[in-house]
Amino acid sequence: MQAADTSMPENILNRPDAQTDDRQRRSWRTSPSRKVRRQTLLGWLFVLPALAIYALFVLLPLALTVQYSLYRWDGFNVPEWVGLSNYRTVLTDPDLLNTIFNAFRLIFFFSFIPVILGLVVASVIRRSSTGSLGNIARTVLFLPQVIPLVAAGIVWSVVLSLSGLANQILTAIGLEGITRAWLGDFDTALPAVGLIGTWVLLGLCTLLLLTGMTKIDPALYESARLDGAGAFREFLAITLPSLRQEIAVCVTVTVIAALRSFDIVYVTTGGGPGLATMVPGLDIYVLAFQARAVGVASALAVVLILLIVIIILPIQWLGRGNGE
Amino acid sequence: MKVDRRELYSGRLLLVLLMAITLVPFISMFTTALHPSGSVPQGIDWPADPQWGNFIDAFKVANMSALLFSSVFIVLLTVPISLVISTMAGFAIGYLRLPGSRWLLLLFVFGLTLPYEGIVTPLYFLERQIGILNTRFAIALPLIGLYMPFAVYWMRAHFVNMPPEISEAAQVDGAGTWDLFWLIHVPLARPPIASLGILMSVWTWNQFVLALVLVQDPTQRTAAGALGAFQGHYATDIPLLCAGSLLILLPTLVVFIAFQRNVIAALLQGSVKG
Repeated sequence: MQAADTSMPENILNRPDAQTDDRQRRSWRTSPSRKVRRQTLLGWLFVLPALAIYALFVLLPLALTVQYSLYRWDGFNVPEWVGLSNYRTVLTDPDLLNTIFNAFRLIFFFSFIPVILGLVVASVIRRSSTGSLGNIARTVLFLPQVIPLVAAGIVWSVVLSLSGLANQILTAIGLEGITRAWLGDFDTALPAVGLIGTWVLLGLCTLLLLTGMTKIDPALYESARLDGAGAFREFLAITLPSLRQEIAVCVTVTVIAALRSFDIVYVTTGGGPGLATMVPGLDIYVLAFQARAVGVASALAVVLILLIVIIILPIQWLGRGNGE
Repeated sequence: MKVDRRELYSGRLLLVLLMAITLVPFISMFTTALHPSGSVPQGIDWPADPQWGNFIDAFKVANMSALLFSSVFIVLLTVPISLVISTMAGFAIGYLRLPGSRWLLLLFVFGLTLPYEGIVTPLYFLERQIGILNTRFAIALPLIGLYMPFAVYWMRAHFVNMPPEISEAAQVDGAGTWDLFWLIHVPLARPPIASLGILMSVWTWNQFVLALVLVQDPTQRTAAGALGAFQGHYATDIPLLCAGSLLILLPTLVVFIAFQRNVIAALLQGSVKG
């Protein structure tokens, strides 16, 4: 088995014909070309069901989104060709631009805070709690990741309401002055929605980073300590570089979560007050099914899809770059 | 590793604090759910006369039994089909390496970061045309399609590391590729298939956008979709809303606690590979 493993270098992938040659050589006794052709046909039959349903329910709608984005359409009457004018609307209308900008502001809460805080928490856990407390913490911190985002939204809309727990605590410590309906206030609604995202994603980031940390060779820390490095230096010199890949994963997952946020916003604020918490995902829904502006909604969808790809690709590239 | 006492305790304190921040919102929900229906309770406040009946009321108004049936139905429709066809595709791309499999893989990976909101509008019109709008298939079929990028990528990662010698021995015995796949490769792939199954079950149960747009009736939706509808109707009756939400959450919590190790492992692996 071990010999077999090493005889299968990844680079075979780059030369699909090499494999075919191999198969041909192996079965030369039974008319090679016919056998290979049968193998290929069979391979396609194996891929076909997955490919068909993917094409019908993902690729086709994707192409239709691009098509709709070039028309003015209310969903019922005959669509009217308008060229790129819907894209001009998306990229110049102040409300729509603000919607896209909100998604970027959410990245701070969904991505930046959970990753930074996750790094701190994970290094603390690694150094101090490996026993049963660590195990319980693993389960508890993961809870927000398992429940539907809708549920997280409902839970927090109760906590952050005028009579909710947040204001109860603030009153108890003498900060009655700042109590308010956190999700209904123009100044605090977006940060409040963002902090719900922080709550959901912190556990995931912590556990991902913790898993990465347990893979770091303890000898590295020993030698750093011999050189007289403190906990902070140790963190900068060893932990952070070793976690490059895990950090890239956390950033990828959380940035995507921020840019495509829908559930939490829909449940807690519906995009309000005004458009203070409107995000592209929700705006696509509102534009297409309430405002009946299918064309503009589709253009926004295309912009969102492209934005995610443009932002994620460099992160992936950086994460893999020096990691291997 | 030697860690001094002060650091040990401050670390544990931080951990306990974080656990509290995670759990306290649920406790607040629970005490709120026990207040008289229609009242406006404060944060965490144990009522003088706990209204356990709220849970029974919520069970009835949320139509819990129909809702649970629907969620389970959608999971049972989506996950097994997704597992079978993605395992087959992963096998063909990763193990059989049919010509052009690199392009096929690229085509699937292309869909990995696609936001569901990006295609939900055309899905609505497409499903209206083929007449499955407002049925459970309206959610299940697109979900199967949307899972393919991740699932095929995931299964291919397993099969690409399988040595070709596994098949050779059996091929000498005259077994065809179909038999080889089911009798040898699928049993060997059980661990990644199981993790993938857990992942897709959680995702399906929690799916909201597709349910919201494609199905009107909450009792034909996923759990998350039904929860959203319940919130829409009872947003003003906070104790009832809390009771109903906790009830709808209960199955998820029970399953999570029963299988926590597997679920956590699957979700962590899922985000690393995704």
